[in-house]
Amino acid sequence: MNDMRKVERDVDAREVKISARDCQVWYGDNHAIKDVNVDIEEKTVTAFIGPSGCGKSTFLRCLNRMNDMIDNCRIEGTITLDGQDIYDPRVDPVQLRAKVGMVFQKPNPFPKSIYDNIAYGPRIHGLARGKAELDEIVEKSLRRGAIWDEVKDRLDAPGTGLSGGQQQRLCIARAIATQPEVLLMDEPCSALDPIATAQVEELIDELRKDYSVVIVTHSMQQAARVSHKTAFFHLGNLVEYGETGQIFTNPRDPRTESYITGRIG
Amino acid sequence: MADTDASRESGLLAPNAGPALRRRNRYQIRLQIIGMAAIGFALLMLVILVGSLIASGYKAFTQTHLTLDVFIDPAEIQVERLPRGGFDDVIETALLKKFPTVEGRAETRALTDILSNGAQFQLRDRIVENPSLIGQTIRVTVPVSDRFDQLNKGLVDRSTPEELRQVKDQAIAWFDQLKQSGAISKPLNWALLTNADSRFPELAGLKGALVGSFWALLVCFVISFPLGIGAAIYLEEFAPRNRFSDLIEVNINNLAAVPSVVFGLLALAVFLGWFGLPRSAPLVGGMTLALMTMPTIIIATRAALKSVPPSIRQAALGVGASKHQVVFGHVLPLAMPGILTGTIIGLAQALGETAPLLLIGMNAFITSAPGSPLDSATALPTQIFIWADSPERGFVSRTSAAILVLLTFLIAMNALAIYLRSKFERKW
Ligand SMILES: Nc1ncnc2c1ncn2[C@@H]1O[C@H](COP(=O)(O)OP(=O)(O)OP(=O)(O)O)[C@@H](O)[C@H]1O
Ligand SMILES: [Mg+2]
Repeated sequence: MNDMRKVERDVDAREVKISARDCQVWYGDNHAIKDVNVDIEEKTVTAFIGPSGCGKSTFLRCLNRMNDMIDNCRIEGTITLDGQDIYDPRVDPVQLRAKVGMVFQKPNPFPKSIYDNIAYGPRIHGLARGKAELDEIVEKSLRRGAIWDEVKDRLDAPGTGLSGGQQQRLCIARAIATQPEVLLMDEPCSALDPIATAQVEELIDELRKDYSVVIVTHSMQQAARVSHKTAFFHLGNLVEYGETGQIFTNPRDPRTESYITGRIG
Repeated sequence: MADTDASRESGLLAPNAGPALRRRNRYQIRLQIIGMAAIGFALLMLVILVGSLIASGYKAFTQTHLTLDVFIDPAEIQVERLPRGGFDDVIETALLKKFPTVEGRAETRALTDILSNGAQFQLRDRIVENPSLIGQTIRVTVPVSDRFDQLNKGLVDRSTPEELRQVKDQAIAWFDQLKQSGAISKPLNWALLTNADSRFPELAGLKGALVGSFWALLVCFVISFPLGIGAAIYLEEFAPRNRFSDLIEVNINNLAAVPSVVFGLLALAVFLGWFGLPRSAPLVGGMTLALMTMPTIIIATRAALKSVPPSIRQAALGVGASKHQVVFGHVLPLAMPGILTGTIIGLAQALGETAPLLLIGMNAFITSAPGSPLDSATALPTQIFIWADSPERGFVSRTSAAILVLLTFLIAMNALAIYLRSKFERKW
């Protein structure tokens, strides 16, 4: 676990970006998230770990209201972004999702050109006045997504024609293009090979300078490599939340310890 | 260790695994044979169907014609009286001139029976177009009547006793004489496509039915395509899932299975009875067909919408697209090939639909093609129905020919659907 030291960890408290209080989620009768309280900090990479089915994705989707789309899903408690309750009826989920971008487990570029993949978000949010500005946003996003050099000569080629790792970086660039403040990533590397994974991890490290990044991962090494803070979920409960170094070297809860040492999972 | 190795080896090659394996292989081969037999049977039926249609229909694709040198007698035909005039007389005179021995009313009648009733009208149209021909002798090629067309195509058995035959020995002799002189020809029967219906088989064509079917399908498409897609989008993407939407879903599926004659009765009561729309009109036919096509389109559209992977929706939602932006910007375009395929197949079904059109009177006898969807008309399947019901011998082969024309259109539409489907193969 030496590579844990890769990210130098500043322990000083940062400002809270997202805060969840007594968050409960039900799918019908299935109580998937129980009493979760968590403060996600600004300009920090937060990792969610835990055994399969423990509710990591569910909780992540609560943070940008993607659960609204699931018919039988019910959410209680409060989740605030910059102090504003995101489940307030006056909040437009569409605006929220522009601020809280999401990258999914499986790369899912639109079956359109690379350019249109990136330009779609800025277009629907009216972020660009005119073609030149849009071009600029596209280039900037692709550069930040660390994929510009690979695609700059074929922006008209379909995004689905890229390799898996390129597609995932394209999806990250697409999420960045709407100028979000928080980036949610649900197992972004699970479909990627080690080289592409390394590229994406490097990118995450880069992104945290400007965004809060929340990443769900099954790889303990990955959590240790990229995150500052780690939250361990188990059966819908947030068991332990703290500095990544502390969670991995000195877990307080026995369940955390068994999980990171591979005894439950 | 050596033990397990041995047992593994015997697992692959064991003699006692033989019978089980052979049984499994035999089962598989049997399954394949049954499947191939089923396909072979279906193909055989198809070949028999198309083969018999072609065998009886191909003769309708030619029509026996008679070529005559006709003197356009100014005594019979005057410019100022056009389009009236003794066109029948001048043609008959030309024919009689070839047989100087024919005398008396009865014999003359028998001879001129060779000519189709439509011959004089073809000549008339030609003279009206170019009146300067009056006073000249012109060469005209006109259809012969159905009986002699049948005779020429070998469909009249000359060994039948004369009194049981419609064409008498004398007439056969005249016809053979004409044939020997080279006056008889058998060109392609364009009239089959360019003429409307007629009482006389040699003049009857499908133009009225083709135009009628075109209008009806156009109306059907214009109504059922937007309504069907709209209903499907609402049901699939926006409607809440509850008892009520389940009920609607079940009913739409049922609607697709309702016998078409019921739609015809409905149209008869509603469109003709209450709305007072004209009988036999392609407009009403199209509206009726739309009732039947709509469930097909709704079901196809919903299936196509469902098949768009959720990851695409999530991606769009994730960058902050609203529900309707997701549906109209991403899901619908990706579903379009499936929707179009379903629509074309629905329209192909509508094209072949007969019963509802019979009920709203699209089996009327109409001798001109409709100029608008409000004019009386027939459609291809009802035209086939009418011809199949007609006693004249010539309609037997024409019915088969009309079925072949209908099948051609159906095959073309289905081919288009397959082409669209493969062209827009899923891109994700
Ligand atoms: N759309 C849904 N409808 C109903 N139940 C769901 C739905 N999504 C998740 N669940 C349930 O909620 C619980 C948590 O699921 P979730 O997907 O959040 O787990 P996870 O921690 O992300 O697991 P994994 O690591 O395998 O992705 C599970 O019991 C799951 O069955
Ligand atoms: Mg998950």
